[in-house]
Amino acid sequence: MRIDCEHVWEHISAYIDGDVDAALRADINKHLETCEICSAVLDSTRNVVVLVADGRVFELPAGFSDRLHKRLEPVLQSSET
Amino acid sequence: MTKAPNAEFEADCIRRILAGEHQLFHELIRPCERAIYFLLLSILHNEADAEDAAQETAIKVFRNLQLFRGESQFKTWVLSIARNEGLGRLRKSDRLREDSLEALTDESSGDFTPAVLTSWREIPAEALEKKELAGLLREAIEGLPGIYRNAVMLRDIEEMDVNETAAALGITEGSVKVRLHRARALLQRKLAHKLKSFAPKRGLFGRGR
Repeated sequence: MRIDCEHVWEHISAYIDGDVDAALRADINKHLETCEICSAVLDSTRNVVVLVADGRVFELPAGFSDRLHKRLEPVLQSSET
Repeated sequence: MTKAPNAEFEADCIRRILAGEHQLFHELIRPCERAIYFLLLSILHNEADAEDAAQETAIKVFRNLQLFRGESQFKTWVLSIARNEGLGRLRKSDRLREDSLEALTDESSGDFTPAVLTSWREIPAEALEKKELAGLLREAIEGLPGIYRNAVMLRDIEEMDVNETAAALGITEGSVKVRLHRARALLQRKLAHKLKSFAPKRGLFGRGR
């Protein structure tokens, strides 16, 4: 089946996650072969998804874990008695 | 990155903590810390509040540990406690604003068309050495409406699966997918043109397409 660009955009996120059925995947792949816009939209979206997942984008504040465990300590101890 | 959950280790830890080995709680909660903090940051939008709420969440998890039934993953249960903590604080401080978590629904209409490009040159992860790039990505995520920000935080940043994300946010798997799709579309639209300058220059050995 021929599908248009908007149809591809609707499914881009699911396509990236491998969450489209075989028939739809085949239709999208076919569309991508000839549509440079959708290919670029897919590549850029996938690229953004990969970049945001990198640990350097969102880092825990320095000392976060130490402060958390320090605050927990008296709670853990007081309930020990 | 999230570690693969180790259900056996968790179950054993929980048994021993409930039997009195309270110090083990430090080890039990450690693998969940990052996700707790970033979920709360996405709800509260403020680092100091998110940190305080994360500490409070850990204390509540400890105090309610006997209520964990093992029907969901431990981390999912912990994150639902974090979410309640965050939403409770929002309500108390009356910060439920227009773009807040409650104001939007999956039925909300909006323009989720992507930025139209005709080519894309891959930006490799090494480009994140540039603080400016990481800053742009953070800003774009922080600028998303709350319900989309949550979904992208748990799915793409904490790399939780759809099922865990749905359980932690108290929504259906279908909603997770809708929200994630919209979040990614909004991010692509916001970022595509700005990110182009971070693509590596085409060199002599041109790997560019």
